[in-house]
Amino acid sequence: MALSENTRERRVRASLAPWLKGVLVALGSVSITMLGLLLITFIIGRVMPIDPVLAIVGERASQTTYDAVYEQLGLDKPLLVQFLYYLWDVLHGDFGMSLLNARPVSEDIKRVFPATLELATLGTLIGVLLGVPLGVIAAVRRGSWIDQIARVVALVGYSMPIFWLGLMGLLIFYGVLGWVGGPGRLDIFYQDIVPTRTGMILIDSAIAGEWGVFRNAFSHIILPATLLGYYSLAYISRMTRSFMLEQMSAEYITTARVKGMSERQVIWGHAFRNIRVQLITVIALSYANLLEGSVLTEIIFSWPGIGSYITTALLSADMNAVLGGTVVVGLIFICLNLFSDLLYRVFDPRSK
Amino acid sequence: MNALNRLLSSAVLGAAVLMTAPAPMAKAETPPNMLVIAHRIDDITTLDPAESFEFAGSDLSRNVYMRLVNFDPMDLKAGYQPEIAESWTVSEDKRSITFTIREGLKFHSGNPVRAEDVEFSLQRAVILNKTPAFILTQFGFTAENAAETIKADGNTVTITTDKPYATSFVLNCLTAVIGGIVDKEVVMANEQDGDMGNTWLKTNTAGSGAYSLVSWKPNESITIQSNPDYYRGAPAMERVIVRHVQESASQRLLLERGDIDIARNLNPEDIAGARNAEGVKVEEELKGRLMYVSLSQKHPELSKPQVRQAFKYLVDYEGMKNSFLSGQYTIHQNFLPQTYLGASDAAPFTYDVEKAKALLAEAGIPEGMEIEVGVREAQERIEIAQSLQNSLGQVGIKMNITIGTAKQILSRYRARELDVYLGAWGPDYPDPHTNAGTFAYNPDNSDEAQATGLLAWRNSWDTGGLTAKTDAAVVENDRDTRAKMYEEIQAEFRETSPFVIMFQQIEQSAQRDNVMNFSTGQAITSASYWQVTK
Repeated sequence: MALSENTRERRVRASLAPWLKGVLVALGSVSITMLGLLLITFIIGRVMPIDPVLAIVGERASQTTYDAVYEQLGLDKPLLVQFLYYLWDVLHGDFGMSLLNARPVSEDIKRVFPATLELATLGTLIGVLLGVPLGVIAAVRRGSWIDQIARVVALVGYSMPIFWLGLMGLLIFYGVLGWVGGPGRLDIFYQDIVPTRTGMILIDSAIAGEWGVFRNAFSHIILPATLLGYYSLAYISRMTRSFMLEQMSAEYITTARVKGMSERQVIWGHAFRNIRVQLITVIALSYANLLEGSVLTEIIFSWPGIGSYITTALLSADMNAVLGGTVVVGLIFICLNLFSDLLYRVFDPRSK
Repeated sequence: MNALNRLLSSAVLGAAVLMTAPAPMAKAETPPNMLVIAHRIDDITTLDPAESFEFAGSDLSRNVYMRLVNFDPMDLKAGYQPEIAESWTVSEDKRSITFTIREGLKFHSGNPVRAEDVEFSLQRAVILNKTPAFILTQFGFTAENAAETIKADGNTVTITTDKPYATSFVLNCLTAVIGGIVDKEVVMANEQDGDMGNTWLKTNTAGSGAYSLVSWKPNESITIQSNPDYYRGAPAMERVIVRHVQESASQRLLLERGDIDIARNLNPEDIAGARNAEGVKVEEELKGRLMYVSLSQKHPELSKPQVRQAFKYLVDYEGMKNSFLSGQYTIHQNFLPQTYLGASDAAPFTYDVEKAKALLAEAGIPEGMEIEVGVREAQERIEIAQSLQNSLGQVGIKMNITIGTAKQILSRYRARELDVYLGAWGPDYPDPHTNAGTFAYNPDNSDEAQATGLLAWRNSWDTGGLTAKTDAAVVENDRDTRAKMYEEIQAEFRETSPFVIMFQQIEQSAQRDNVMNFSTGQAITSASYWQVTK
């Protein structure tokens, strides 16, 4: 009896050990990356040629007022001391107060990030749902007209300036045809109707059962999301095509065909199955890029997201807001990398 | 990127004109009792009138807070008018003004507006001593003497200044944002650590104006609701929404579609397009911002009177006004903006290279002299600098343009390190002393004085007799005499100063043609909405 308990314990330990080791390694790696990110953003923030004191006191303030605020912001302390204070605050979830609008930066980020999350998620969904099949078909029918179209779509997606496409889209679909909503997240009539739960209006309005608000929000998000989705699609379809071409020329595909498998089974059951891991990385990267906030898209569509938040903060010398925003974006990258690593383990038998 | 952005957006909108011609858009419309404005409001840093000092913040403050005296947007030329103060009297020694508070006024909270609230608001602004506090403290108010110098008694409030200033000067200053009267009860109920409600008022309001604040979402929108108890009667526009729309092309599209009533930040290309749009009109108002070039008087050559004169003939005023500044700036060569008391429209300088050459020869300027101009990274300023560089090249002066951020350029300017500075200046309050006191006033020109707030000091210019004349004008009680004094100061300044004042800003706002009486406040005040109808 005792022996069997010991054996069970050993087995449990043996199965937990690599798992625990994996978690610890991941945590260690995340901590080091985060520390590096904080340090680099902090130093960049301090050496940049912008003056947070001037931004607060205004250009006509006296030297005494300037010096008082300089001291108040702790800028007279050694850089290392400033960094340690900052690190301590960030570890407590405190990014400080926005130097300009006097609100906690964390509250500002809570307000602007859901807008970007909503837009980036819809954009990525559009990119994946259209880009992956397009890439697969283009690879399978290499050289056909579909392949040519896929390449043109990808090329245009890569080369067109996003603000130009955005303005054209607004002009045609909002200005001329009136099919979609204009700049902003909602028409003025629908603002402040739905209580904020997640900050994502599509979800909040659905939870509240306010379908009028949902439709209006959808009419506003669809154009910028399609635009971002198009850029995402261009990247995803090109990469999918390339991964698939590599697989389709592999020997096991010929073997599968010789064995008499249907073409559908060969493509989706074998070739596509083997590119899932690479595709996850591509999609995660594309999603992370959109989550950074596409500044130009946000500006053209008056979308109050994190991209325009960081840019405005940067132009206004609001260093706390810039650092807070950058740390959040960095965290997103790290989390998505971790997530794609986890999915690797699920989908790639070799990693087990 | 901005220039490219602008160019491409203009190209897109150019295409729009062609595309929209055969297929007119289906127009939306804002409700008749609602005013929707697209404006860049990302400069708002605080809503506290004791601290607010930005353009968009001033607009909000003007509509939410009442002041002792204020301007009537329907008749800005009339100057300050009674608002919370029903009337006022001036003591014999001209140092005290006693205001009688209008009866029956209410704050948005329902509390009555009392003399005690006025006393609290003005004392609070002095004690907090935030950036705009100098507008009040220049009268000798300090945290220590505020209790004696700003005093309520029954239904009156008396303010006592350290010198017998011109009444018009004191009252003009009280029309500034810092003169906003706050609800003492509400503010003190929200006090934290003895901050006199400053933290709370940064993001909340406690006023008695035509509108009360519903919400402020930084960089997103401001929503205000009409005050039914407003003493002039409830405003026609029951709700005003100011949406932050950064891009000019997006503002124009929203306006032409009828989703907004007013677009306030259209670039010249979009203004030109909006003029041709159906149901849209374009209104122009002169604003207070001046564009100027200044020459450091520490520089051995630039300090010569002939060189100062020559620079005034080397600006292609007309050329710039008619090209890249078209519709945005008008020629103006005096330090008081048009619409200010004592403003002058004299513009004796024209672009005259030959005259400039003669003046430089008279001064014995060596051929090939090199100077440096500091410019902040703003498109219009860079273009002006390039035009000036070209003109100076024609008289053999090489001007190197240093473009930088505010920190880089302003810190050198404030440290008196630049040969030439090219920049903009906006008045702080609607009285001529605001600009006279910085352009023409410099009581101590030594480096040790560190008077970084004075433009004359920044350029190491000893203004000579102008400092005394500025001091005299600020205590002159007769309005007409005072106006004349400023005209004389400016006449001398034009000829002798190292400042080349070139342009005054014009604000063009495109509006739906059913919007009536909207005013951005011209150079002297901010936008107000209570008088707007549709």
